[in-house]
Amino acid sequence: MSTVTTDPHAHGDHHDEHHHSPPAGLKRWLYTTNHKDIGTLYLLFALTMFFIGGAMAMVIRAELFQPGLQLVQADFFNQMTTVHGLIMVFGAVMPAFTGLANWLIPMMIGAPDMALPRMNNWSFWILPFAFSILLASLFMEGGGPGFGWTFYAPLSTKYSGDSTALFVFSVHIMGISSIMGAINVIVTIFNLRAPGMTWMKMPLFVWTWLITAFLLIAVMPVLAGTVTMVLTDKYFGTSFFDAAGGGDPVLFQHIFWFFGHPEVYIMILPAFGIVSSIVPTFARKPLFGYASMVYATSSIALLSFLVWAHHMFTTGMPVFAELFFMYCTMLIAVPTGVKVFNWVATMWRGAMTFEVPMMFALAFIVLFTIGGLSGLMLAITPADFQYHDTYFVVAHFHYVLVTGAIFSIIAAAYYWLPKWTGHMYDETLGQWHFWCSLISVNMLFFPMHFVGLAGMPRRIPDYALQFADFNAFISIGGFAFGLSQLIFVWVLVKCIRGGEKATAQVWEGAEGLEWELPSPPPYHSFTTPPHVK
Amino acid sequence: MSNAYEKYYVPEQSPWPFVGAVALFLIAFGAGHLVNEVTRDKEGYGSYLLMAGVAILIFMLVGWFRNVIDESMTGLYSKQMDRSFRQGMSWFIFSEVMFFFAFFGALFYARLIAMPWLDGASNNAMTAEILWPEFVAHWPMIKTPGGTETTAMPWQGLPLYNTIILLTSSVTLQFAHTAMEQNKRGQLKLMLLLTVLLGATFLTLQGYEYVHAYQDLGLKLDSGIYGNTFFLLTGFHGMHVTLGAIFLLVIFLRILLKNHFTAHHHFAFQAAAWYWHFVDVVWLCLFVFVYVL
Repeated sequence: MSTVTTDPHAHGDHHDEHHHSPPAGLKRWLYTTNHKDIGTLYLLFALTMFFIGGAMAMVIRAELFQPGLQLVQADFFNQMTTVHGLIMVFGAVMPAFTGLANWLIPMMIGAPDMALPRMNNWSFWILPFAFSILLASLFMEGGGPGFGWTFYAPLSTKYSGDSTALFVFSVHIMGISSIMGAINVIVTIFNLRAPGMTWMKMPLFVWTWLITAFLLIAVMPVLAGTVTMVLTDKYFGTSFFDAAGGGDPVLFQHIFWFFGHPEVYIMILPAFGIVSSIVPTFARKPLFGYASMVYATSSIALLSFLVWAHHMFTTGMPVFAELFFMYCTMLIAVPTGVKVFNWVATMWRGAMTFEVPMMFALAFIVLFTIGGLSGLMLAITPADFQYHDTYFVVAHFHYVLVTGAIFSIIAAAYYWLPKWTGHMYDETLGQWHFWCSLISVNMLFFPMHFVGLAGMPRRIPDYALQFADFNAFISIGGFAFGLSQLIFVWVLVKCIRGGEKATAQVWEGAEGLEWELPSPPPYHSFTTPPHVK
Repeated sequence: MSNAYEKYYVPEQSPWPFVGAVALFLIAFGAGHLVNEVTRDKEGYGSYLLMAGVAILIFMLVGWFRNVIDESMTGLYSKQMDRSFRQGMSWFIFSEVMFFFAFFGALFYARLIAMPWLDGASNNAMTAEILWPEFVAHWPMIKTPGGTETTAMPWQGLPLYNTIILLTSSVTLQFAHTAMEQNKRGQLKLMLLLTVLLGATFLTLQGYEYVHAYQDLGLKLDSGIYGNTFFLLTGFHGMHVTLGAIFLLVIFLRILLKNHFTAHHHFAFQAAAWYWHFVDVVWLCLFVFVYVL
């Protein structure tokens, strides 16, 4: 990326004529059109959901601490795994990334705000309502959804409770929110870039979000279609997923994973962008292979539409289909490898320092790669017949989602927190947070590989005795990881309330438009476009 | 960029998005209860919540659009804003395309893969023999493996007339657009009105076709995968036509009563037109894949 400079009076002159200081009180947050306010709302919402979903994970781990049923009924256990998954995917990871996009994209491309600020507010405020509906359904007669976050038919159509309708409509709202958010991101990037901010000068976080937004608009409507078919199959006598009426339960999996696989990349591409911002800063070197990063991201996105059936190898597809999806899936390792090697090459002979954001980014690179490699193992069709539906799968996707997506979000929070609040966070506490998280998260998820390979099935509240020691160890890791996140909250609260003043650039090696604004930045970042050289 | 140093415009705070969020909440929560109540013959408050939600949504749409129109008429919007609206609308239509894609995907899968397999194709000979020995693969599937029978909807007659009507409406809309650009207001009003009327005719005939299907043909929503795909595809299309027709009607009223839009400044008209052409294209795909083939 080339260097970026701001014309000093481009965003100094016009502040006085644009009186957009935040109005006081609740109205500021309910009626806001400001990308920073909306970004903050998204991030706080995601954090809240992270703890609610996390509490459910604690219930799961407490039940699995010992074999046998101790704490909860099997039904409730199923509801916990289901809602934990839904909340973490749609309530924590996706809104957190959208929050980061809101805060950062306008500042990074030299825009005053998002392109469609009111729609932006709408797409945020429907989310808390959607999740209230989902959470309320847990208290309904017959309990909440218990068919897994993937809501496979016929579990969700024939064997589900009355809460299914609420589940369907809350997913509809989450989808509407994501689509509106994504449209906003795309339009902002296409239309509001400052003069001189050409495509190949855009920060990688902007690039990865652009591609993510495209994926969102392409697949969230397919999810809406899927839940609609589940609704009509369950309540109105259609038989999309019922062989007796000429449908096929496997059709459900095809449509769901046509959404679901791009969805997986929706949750990781922005993470790539974050790591690509952080590593160069703390290595004090420009990103190695910028252009190849852009092309790698685009190829991952394109391939994501051609690999969905690798989730369904054991459904009895024709051999040709199994091979096609196996090879396409393995192909994804190529652009992903390009990215990992680029990050490593960026650090090569860099003047590295290891502040908290860099630590999380480094952990991301190592641990996400572990998750990626176990994904490669799962992609091998004959091997997948052994791994399918075991804890090995759980280990795989928690490595890419927790030590991948979540670690990148935490890294981003530490990295940009001084910019957002104007205060430096507490480095010592942050390091504590990092090391506690790193150790506990590996205690939590690494042994899952072993119990999975040994044949422990996922989504089961009870298990055979030989898995007992491993599960106790995993649960201790789980509780420790959960508690470690409280340190994060402590750091956040401390940093928001005060601390050492942050400079505009914050980090010695940081480059980009957002670091040329003061910390905290003005309410509207740029009122006239800065000039990018 | 031509307008490189044009000043940015950021709209003022607005209560409407939050009102809209409350509306969607009531709609989803109400519909979630209503569905259970209707299908289980229970008493409940679902319908009231749903209706309240719809009422608030309409109130929100009127208020929000009034704001936007006022701001646009007072010239607050820059060219950049206009481009943002255009691009936003295009991506919205793309998302709608993907929604229909899911249902067309289900249709193609059911016809080309699931149905032959149920009849023993590929390596399913024994499964078919044991589970559905009577079943014969044939599209339209007038007899399901489970034994539900129905009649196929022929494409001649009503569906063909409807196709012609909808295609004509796209042409009249194109004439309206040309009239707008040439500032022929009389022709614009006439052609736009004609488009709305053709849309309404289409919807009426579609309603009549549904009655015919239920009463004479025994073709129902629960008549197996043929009825499922038929009603969901045509139903969602019909909902989109309704929305598009309301959109065009509002544009027509704005032109008729308030003399809005000029030859060069008519984004809302164009958005409505794009949407209408989009539902037209969806219908063409529907006509070919649901009715004819």
